[in-house]
Amino acid sequence: MSSIKQELEKRILIIDGAMGTMIQRHKLEEADYRGEHFKDWHTDVKGNNDMLSITQPEIIIGIHKQYLEAGADIIETNTFSSTVIAMADYDMQQFAYELNVASAQCARKAIERYNAETGNTVPKFVAGAIGPLNKTLSLSPDVNNPGFRAVTFDEVVTAYTEQIKGLMDGGVDIILIETIFDTLNAKAAIFAAKKYFRENNIELPIMISGTITDASGRTLSGQTLEAFYISVKHANPLSIGLNCALGAQEMRGHIEELSGIAACYVSSYPNAGLPNAMGEYDEAPEQTACFLEDWAKNGWVNIVGGCCGTTPDHIKHIAAHVKNIAPRSLPVLEEELI
Amino acid sequence: MSTTTIKPYLRLSGLEPLVVRPETNFVNVGERTNVTGSKKFARLILNNQYEEALSVARQQVENGAQILDVNMDDALLDGVQAMTTYINLLQSEPDIAKIPIMVDSSKFEIIQAGLKCIQGRCIVNSISMKEGEAKFIEQAFICKDFGAAVIVMAFDEQGQADTMQRKVEISERAYKILTEQVGFDPQDIIFDINIFAIATGLEEHNNYGVDFIEACRIIKQKMPLVKISGGVSNLSFSFRGNEFVRETMHSVFLYHAIKAGMDMGIVNAGQLVVYDEIEPTLKELIEDVILNRNNDNNEATEKLIAFAETVKAKGKEVVKDEKWRNESVESRLAHSLVNGITDYIDADTEEARQKYPRPLDVIEGPLMDGMNVVGDLFGAGKMFLPQVVKSARVMKKSVAVLTPYIEAEKEARKQAHIAAGTVNEEGAGAAKILLATVKGDVHDIGKNIVGVVLGCNGYDIVDLGVMVPTDKILDAAIKENADIIGLSGLITPSLDEMVHIAKEMKRRGMTQPLLIGGATTSRMHTAVKIAQEYDNGVVHVLDASRSVTVAGSLLNKETKDSFLGDTKKEYVKLKEAFDSKKSVKSYLTYADAVKNKVKIDWDNFTPVQPTFLGTKVFDSFDLAELREFIDWKPFFIAWEMHGNFPAILTDEIVGVEATKLYNDANALLDKIIAEKWLTAKGTIGFWEANSNDDTVTVHSPQSTVNLEFLRQQIKKAADQPNLSLADFIAPASTNKEDFIGSFAVTIHGIEPHIKAFEAALDDYNKIMLQALGDRFAEAFAECLHLKTRKEYWGYATDEHLTNDELIHEKYLGIRPAPGYPACPDHTEKYKLFDLLNATETVGITLTESLAMFPASSVCGWYFAHPQSQYYGVGKIQKDQFDDYVKRKGMSEESMERWLSPNLEG
Repeated sequence: MSSIKQELEKRILIIDGAMGTMIQRHKLEEADYRGEHFKDWHTDVKGNNDMLSITQPEIIIGIHKQYLEAGADIIETNTFSSTVIAMADYDMQQFAYELNVASAQCARKAIERYNAETGNTVPKFVAGAIGPLNKTLSLSPDVNNPGFRAVTFDEVVTAYTEQIKGLMDGGVDIILIETIFDTLNAKAAIFAAKKYFRENNIELPIMISGTITDASGRTLSGQTLEAFYISVKHANPLSIGLNCALGAQEMRGHIEELSGIAACYVSSYPNAGLPNAMGEYDEAPEQTACFLEDWAKNGWVNIVGGCCGTTPDHIKHIAAHVKNIAPRSLPVLEEELI
Repeated sequence: MSTTTIKPYLRLSGLEPLVVRPETNFVNVGERTNVTGSKKFARLILNNQYEEALSVARQQVENGAQILDVNMDDALLDGVQAMTTYINLLQSEPDIAKIPIMVDSSKFEIIQAGLKCIQGRCIVNSISMKEGEAKFIEQAFICKDFGAAVIVMAFDEQGQADTMQRKVEISERAYKILTEQVGFDPQDIIFDINIFAIATGLEEHNNYGVDFIEACRIIKQKMPLVKISGGVSNLSFSFRGNEFVRETMHSVFLYHAIKAGMDMGIVNAGQLVVYDEIEPTLKELIEDVILNRNNDNNEATEKLIAFAETVKAKGKEVVKDEKWRNESVESRLAHSLVNGITDYIDADTEEARQKYPRPLDVIEGPLMDGMNVVGDLFGAGKMFLPQVVKSARVMKKSVAVLTPYIEAEKEARKQAHIAAGTVNEEGAGAAKILLATVKGDVHDIGKNIVGVVLGCNGYDIVDLGVMVPTDKILDAAIKENADIIGLSGLITPSLDEMVHIAKEMKRRGMTQPLLIGGATTSRMHTAVKIAQEYDNGVVHVLDASRSVTVAGSLLNKETKDSFLGDTKKEYVKLKEAFDSKKSVKSYLTYADAVKNKVKIDWDNFTPVQPTFLGTKVFDSFDLAELREFIDWKPFFIAWEMHGNFPAILTDEIVGVEATKLYNDANALLDKIIAEKWLTAKGTIGFWEANSNDDTVTVHSPQSTVNLEFLRQQIKKAADQPNLSLADFIAPASTNKEDFIGSFAVTIHGIEPHIKAFEAALDDYNKIMLQALGDRFAEAFAECLHLKTRKEYWGYATDEHLTNDELIHEKYLGIRPAPGYPACPDHTEKYKLFDLLNATETVGITLTESLAMFPASSVCGWYFAHPQSQYYGVGKIQKDQFDDYVKRKGMSEESMERWLSPNLEG
């Protein structure tokens, strides 16, 4: 496999768009989610998108393929919530590992099929997606007890270690820690990854993508963008970036800032605008693509794509718009203070 | 474009970054949050007074500390637990958490406990080679995995480095290991090269200051990127009790050490004296001691000790910006709320309580004003979430001070009521607010914050958690007797769920106001989609701090109506603005909608011929047989008891009553059947029929009738047809012989018994009989549909369904009624009645508004095709309307009236 670093030196890489938006289009019902495998499961599972990698793998492979066809170089596994902690919502803790393996395999299969069908030889990469969890390490859910935490660092590390093992056993090329709104959760994921790499004598590139939640320009856990970057840079990531919560228009200033401070590659995959009053993302593919083209022309980005509300059509337009633009060059790391 | 360059600076972070640049000069590390260094702090921690201990940290930050050193090394403390508790609390204080933390312990397990709680990039204080290289390397790796910079103590297997040579030697050794074996960047390494006490009287101590300063110089020459730190207060240890001299010594020492390359130090940042302002004689005395000049036989030391005696009493006051304390009590309360300061809140609240006529006025006046400021700042992005949560805690403390007075006032009023013999309306307890994240959504951070903020304001919060189905929310609201229901959701499908809940609340006749919140919700969506579904108040709440004022307005009887009225007016305006912008939905032309009809493979489908054509009348159907078809759920709903049957009979809340009701109903049923009170009359009929687009032509022996249907016109997703019931009948062009059926059933004989019950003033049995009459009519329709499927039409002869499956419509074919969503035109009922001759044979008459009499009647069409399904036509456009008017041969005006729900207004 050609190394992703070689590719990043040559061009701007495209990461895929929303998985959830595409799953919604299939209008799946409870029974579809359950499939054969979980037909007698004792809780409602509709909405547990990650389990579709086991129960409806063809749908997931199909979505990955649509993104590959649209021009994605990196596809994200369907594992946003595939941890023992997040799966507790469906009482499916015991399947966390299995979900990760299955999702990684779906992504791999999609690439195999795509290459076989199209004769494609351009390298395509699978990024194992690690989501933020539904419990946070920096915020108390109980204001009367601000020192309280719903989960411990050790529990989070254990959960992420299992996820990383599943993803790597399933064959991912990259570990992608994304949609980070509490940096401490991300630090636990980095901690888990580094330890797992060291103990198993294998190392994958890590991509890190945070989320600026609102007008304050901070993460939900209160950090400024630079503080966030400083807090995770020890991962020695392949890339640092932002995704979700904001549309490209609102994200622009933050990407510009990040591009000025990041020692590694810069990624960004915004939502398709902000949700309109009806809760729909209605930014047209051309619009999103034009925003990202502007960033690319400014030399701010190395990896671009879409998050909530984006579709293969968005990715197709984004890919076309940035195709002939040179990627951001890595900063020079100086060795002297002055 | 120019390439970015990145300098090798030490970069740390709390909520905000701290980049140590050459021009940074010196980084103050706050030292008071250290149980070994601060008696006050140690006492607070040992007494479990963590809240007060936070003030110590805050004071450090306010006084300019750029990093906060936290140390919990005390023999009487569980260090891991104390570190975890205190750091977690610190993280909730944004004005403290903005700066990076230095996790300080001699026990590595305590250091790790601290690191596990901090999102920012910390400094570990410290690791060393005291116990050999292996342990040093192991600990360094862990620090690196946490992303922490490290302080390395100049300490090795032989002990602490005291001389300049040893300090440099150990530093070089550690540097090599960290950069080459562990992979540290040089700028992330900080050497603490030991500041020891000078002027102790022992001559061998006199050069310690110089050793430190010179070692700084050499280390910075050899390893320019590293940082150098030290605990400054050790230096002046022999002047304990003489703070003035000690602080002056620290200033002088730092002046020289910083010039030599010292980057940071643990100092009490609030108490440093400005070097230039030190009195010259004293400055010279101190410099002699620190630089070990003129110090043969401790000469300089003796001079300083002598001088120290003369200035012993002159301490220096701690200066802090407390100007806000001189402002009005309202401003002070607002200041405390906005800045999250609890230190003065009790006294200020008490002062306000005495100033205002009633304790509640303090809450509704200055405290609400303060929270509104918080809300505005938050909305403008000038405050962020952790700060708002903190403000809420201040609010809670203040409310706690007022609560006893409010209670006392309530009690006094209660006693007055009792004395006066009037009814007591109070004492019902705190208002109850029920919160839930809607079904299908698992996001609850925002909702939890709303919960705690409201909880702080004295409301009783019932939090149902995430993924809560509508019924559970509404059942709980009834059970808990909630005063307000709050819904939260983050993902877009949650919006639809909220609309659904609003509809259900209306259907259930609930009265509580409904609050809508969460990331994807909006005032516009609430106004356009939710508010119109529920009449008793729907309010969009922008954020947690805003929820307090909204809840307050809704729970105050005096303000509730005007608040809801204003909100409603505002939403109506929003909706009008929205509607006038553009139609959100797009529609096909009628011609295109017709083209997109249901695709049925008629070539490979042979319609089943009914066993007879024409009609069949059932004069007096066996009521005992119909009893088995009764769907009990609507029966209980008629009695305003909601739940599934038979589960409702054992329901915790209504089970006993439901069972009683069920038993009474069955007793009455026994009587009705035995004494033949009622007569079930019905008729069914089948005819040849074919369709032509939306017209179905029915051939009866007497005549040929054209039934007219409406077609969905909204633009559907790809592959989704625009449905019309006519699609389920074979088009004439297929030359297939197809059929349509219809039915009408009714229950006669109810009126005399109703009158009898009325005469006996027995409302209970009157309602019971009416409800059972309706159930019989529905059961009759269900029963005849079954017989039609299996027997009379016989298109599903092998059907075997349970009653439950029947109720859930799991059968093939449908029986839609004119006036219902799939065929909304009531006037087609005339044709149905004519075909069946229903008025004559069954005795049902149609009222002017096309309701059926007797009231317990049901009618409808039968469609047999397996693809036939129930749906709603929805809005239609002018082109279809015009065509329909033409087909119906009715006036445009009259058609407009009948179809108004389907026309865009």
